[in-house]
Amino acid sequence: MTDLLPPARTLFDKIWDAHVVKTYADGTDLLYIDRHLVQEVSSPQAFAGMAAAGRALHRPDAHIAVADHAVPTKDRHVTLREGLAAAQVARLRENTAIHAIPYIPMNDRRHGIVHVIGPELGFTLPGCTLVCGDSHTSTHGAFGALAFGIGASECECVFSTQVLRQKRQRNMRVTVTGALPDGVSVKDIILSLIARIGVGGGIGFAIEYAGPAIRALSMEARMTLCNMTIEAGARVGLIAPDATTLDWVRGRPLSPLPGDEPAALRDWALLHSDPGAVFDREVEIDAATLAPHVSWGTTPEESLPVTGRVPDPAQVDDPARQARMRRSLDYMGLAPGTPLEEIAIDRVFIGSCTNGRLEDLRRAATILRGRHVANGVSAMAVPGSAQVRIAAEAEGLDRIFTDAGFEWRDAGCSMCVGMNDDRLSEGERCASTSNRNFEGRQGIGGRTHLMSPEMAAAAAIAGRLCDVRGLQ
Amino acid sequence: MIEPFIHLTAIAAPFPEGQIDTDVIFPARFLLLLEKRGLGRHLFHERRAKGGFVLDTPPWDGARILVTGPDFGTGSSREQAVWALADFGIRCVIGTSFGEIFHANCFRSCVLPIVLPPDAHARVMAAAEARQQITVDLPEQRIVLVDGEIGFHIEAHRKRSLLEGLDEVGAILRDDAADIAAFEAAQRAARPWLYLTAQQIAHFDDIKEGSE
Ligand code: SF4
Repeated sequence: MTDLLPPARTLFDKIWDAHVVKTYADGTDLLYIDRHLVQEVSSPQAFAGMAAAGRALHRPDAHIAVADHAVPTKDRHVTLREGLAAAQVARLRENTAIHAIPYIPMNDRRHGIVHVIGPELGFTLPGCTLVCGDSHTSTHGAFGALAFGIGASECECVFSTQVLRQKRQRNMRVTVTGALPDGVSVKDIILSLIARIGVGGGIGFAIEYAGPAIRALSMEARMTLCNMTIEAGARVGLIAPDATTLDWVRGRPLSPLPGDEPAALRDWALLHSDPGAVFDREVEIDAATLAPHVSWGTTPEESLPVTGRVPDPAQVDDPARQARMRRSLDYMGLAPGTPLEEIAIDRVFIGSCTNGRLEDLRRAATILRGRHVANGVSAMAVPGSAQVRIAAEAEGLDRIFTDAGFEWRDAGCSMCVGMNDDRLSEGERCASTSNRNFEGRQGIGGRTHLMSPEMAAAAAIAGRLCDVRGLQ
Repeated sequence: MIEPFIHLTAIAAPFPEGQIDTDVIFPARFLLLLEKRGLGRHLFHERRAKGGFVLDTPPWDGARILVTGPDFGTGSSREQAVWALADFGIRCVIGTSFGEIFHANCFRSCVLPIVLPPDAHARVMAAAEARQQITVDLPEQRIVLVDGEIGFHIEAHRKRSLLEGLDEVGAILRDDAADIAAFEAAQRAARPWLYLTAQQIAHFDDIKEGSE
């Protein structure tokens, strides 16, 4: 009799199933893509490919374009007149004009990092499939969307066909119980998860985050969590939509129109993993046991509680692992055994699609209020979007940052990625709220320590890595 | 168009470091380039600038196969990482695990990524270090070493597209257009909010053309 019951499915499988156009003999699926965010770095070759093949854009209303990676975050009109970055941004503007794709220019009130503006516009919706030529597209899974990063050739395929041939991922569930202690944030959940399962631990999986600690998170925090899922190797991270999600989505410019809303809400109510749905891997985290984390090496998995010390490769048995650690320590200029809190920093970066939202700026401002950046430290706050900047300024956060000695910038990827004017110099060490501490990520020879916004604010004040719990 | 992949006999370069992300393979600042061609000169730019990098060391400077460590190509989705490898002349990467987007990107440039279990991978790495020629035989799905053979797995459609240098977009437009249209009609009826209306798109009407 049991085979008459509908099978229990995961959230991921439900959204996937609803987007299968056809299944091929080898088991791969042709997956329909509802929405595509377009940016300047991964799109030029995709547009060029489409032009060379003489193919049309399949559906203009499924794309929105914005330039975020290459744009300057100060003196924009002076600094983006010429050079490679200007050419790249101009190319995006031309390509989107040819294909009638909405393009949001740098000076517009809707401008910002793709993964910040998608949700702001209501372009990101529960239950949709959403792609972008950018690995942090996993961010949008926070809304119960199936969202993943793709390469430029796949962007071209979406432009021309609105589908992608894909192999379904397996299901992993990360259940987070307990309440986050003061001074500990969602960034610490994700850094500790990556430290535990490794940067390859999620390869081939879609990770669903569940449990009471996840339900208690704001949308901003959920986006931080799903954003960094790619740093665990998983292309997809997602969270079932609930009242928090609906509160965010309602009334956005591209959210369902009033006439469609009741049907959409009925549809979204089904977006959860059924009881009894089987996950191929389960991980549990007790949020109450977490401490603030910082990365010490050159992959996000090389992260530890800030109360710890730089690890010693000599105490590791696996020779490959040992070699990897030595390389990280060499690049980072760190000696084994050094207390993490004794590591002095030169720069602080608060921003990016991981931690450049209003709540992130508020959390940092709480620490900065009435304090000042340490001598010799250069710090900047870069809102993830113009909307975030406007909202932050309306509540006076910009003054808290500037009074504390931070620079307050226009929106963009900024120092998250060394391809615009905001970069570390050789050997400079940075406390950063971004997502990647890879060699050279923030500039050639730059040294990145990943952490939460409140931890980055604490580091700015102390001039070294610092446990924010002592400053609250 | 893409050069098909059938058999490849070449020296393989050993690069056993783990967790080589795409920022190391192709540093971000070169992402400002608008072309696919000529990117090989920026492949592993910082590593090569230090001197003594394996791909600049004879005989491996002529390698067409790269034997990598675990989790190769994790991180950014940049397809430039694959374009740079292909432009440099690398047609095959052999490792124990690859970043998922990197892995998918490889096929688009007819670069064959092969995932092996650790023991088989160790044999290939040893052959690379010993400067031996390796043959990758895609039709038979095997790697031929001086001292034996190793089989590997590849999805059927990936194999076919490599063997024939297939244009996937063209194939979808040719074979699947009716299915896509039917899916869209059904979805538009069931979930109309996934299709932006003229009224919604008009939200962007105040953006002045040419403004920046
Ligand atoms: S902020 Fe950083 S991670 Fe996010 S899209 Fe920009 S470059 Fe990528």
